[in-house]
Amino acid sequence: MPKKMHIELTVNGKSHEFLAEPRELLIHTLRERLNLTGPHIGCETSHCGACTVIVNGKSVKSCTMFVAQANGADLTTIEGLGTPDAPHVLQTAFREHHGLQCGFCTPGMITRASKLLEENPNPTEEEIRFGMAGNLCRCTGYQNIVKSILAAASELNAAKEAAE
Amino acid sequence: MIPAAFDYYRPKDMGGVIALLQEHGDDARVMAGGHSLIPMMKLRMAEIAHLIDLQDVAGLDGITVEGGRITLGAMVTQHQIIDSAALLAAAPILREAALQIADPQVRYMGTVGGNVANGDPGNDMPGLMQCLDATFTLVGPDGSREVAARSFYHAAYMTDRDDSEVLTSVSFAAPRGGYAYEKQKRKIGDYATAAAAVQIEKNGDVCASASIAMTNLSDTPVWSKAASAALVGTTVDDAAIAAAVAAMQADIEPVEDNRGPAAFKRHAAATVLTRAIRRAWDRA
Repeated sequence: MPKKMHIELTVNGKSHEFLAEPRELLIHTLRERLNLTGPHIGCETSHCGACTVIVNGKSVKSCTMFVAQANGADLTTIEGLGTPDAPHVLQTAFREHHGLQCGFCTPGMITRASKLLEENPNPTEEEIRFGMAGNLCRCTGYQNIVKSILAAASELNAAKEAAE
Repeated sequence: MIPAAFDYYRPKDMGGVIALLQEHGDDARVMAGGHSLIPMMKLRMAEIAHLIDLQDVAGLDGITVEGGRITLGAMVTQHQIIDSAALLAAAPILREAALQIADPQVRYMGTVGGNVANGDPGNDMPGLMQCLDATFTLVGPDGSREVAARSFYHAAYMTDRDDSEVLTSVSFAAPRGGYAYEKQKRKIGDYATAAAAVQIEKNGDVCASASIAMTNLSDTPVWSKAASAALVGTTVDDAAIAAAVAAMQADIEPVEDNRGPAAFKRHAAATVLTRAIRRAWDRA
């Protein structure tokens, strides 16, 4: 048996400690060990972005990171962004603007978009298309995803202004 | 897609990395961002018994611009390159190239050191570093040495780096004049069908110096001395550009693969180089 490692992760504000083989992929840790099934396994080859999570402030494809690399890291998954009762602004915007059809790519889309808006709160349509280029959708044709993110940006900026 | 089992190490300094490489020899590999190596491990095209993660090694993630010289630590990511105001001012070709590498998620992880050290002919930074006449610093059991980017690449995945050495930084003189990195790819995230890196200096109406390097058109990046020379002393008119393209064609050796037949790649190479020269000249 390969040697197991002691791993510590903070996921959506909650600490986890466990033993795992270093080769365990982060997406498998999240889905199978921590039962966070929001991040999806799409292509498994770092192309599609369905497994996107935030690791220490970076958007990362969790199919292309070993759990050993993430040891000690702070992670956010779609489950940490919003809940059915208190959805994230992006989740509401995707629903209102038909930013999804089958929904498979949506957790990755929204997790990536949340980071994009954090780095660039006023993106142009072109900047959204460029910033979302690591996430593939096979249903929507992207138009409504872009619209959803633009709408969420306006909403977040209006909320920020109101607070000031 | 589960890779073969391995032991994982995260040393805090280069001494620890070198000691592990000496202990395990061919069975050990260093990993930077892992976005080339991990896919290969998942496909089991690479089996690494001892994986040495460089993420905690101190001193590898700095960007310095000092006295006209730019140094990038090996662990500087494409995302950091795109974000650096100092680099944009000192060597804007880096940002232009980095924006054309992979996709946003991959650019948070992908590093300049991994990109140049891996020896993949599809990577963009090796050609760019040859265009800039960069120097790579390698650290090994006997200390450190420097190798010119233009003599680092021997064949696909075969470089001047010994198995017991680690590439720790790249450095180059701040380029002067106009620049362009032009890449033709099938889709976001793909490697180049053809790409060209061009730096041009102008003196009055005349080209004073030029440097041209091509990506993914041979089993190594190609710095074309003849193509560069074809522009010098000209006004970079259509005839001069055609001469540079013809000289470049003599230096590349594209082969047919899933990006197209060799003749198509030569066509794409001519197109990207023509565009890159025109844009660099406009900016010179």
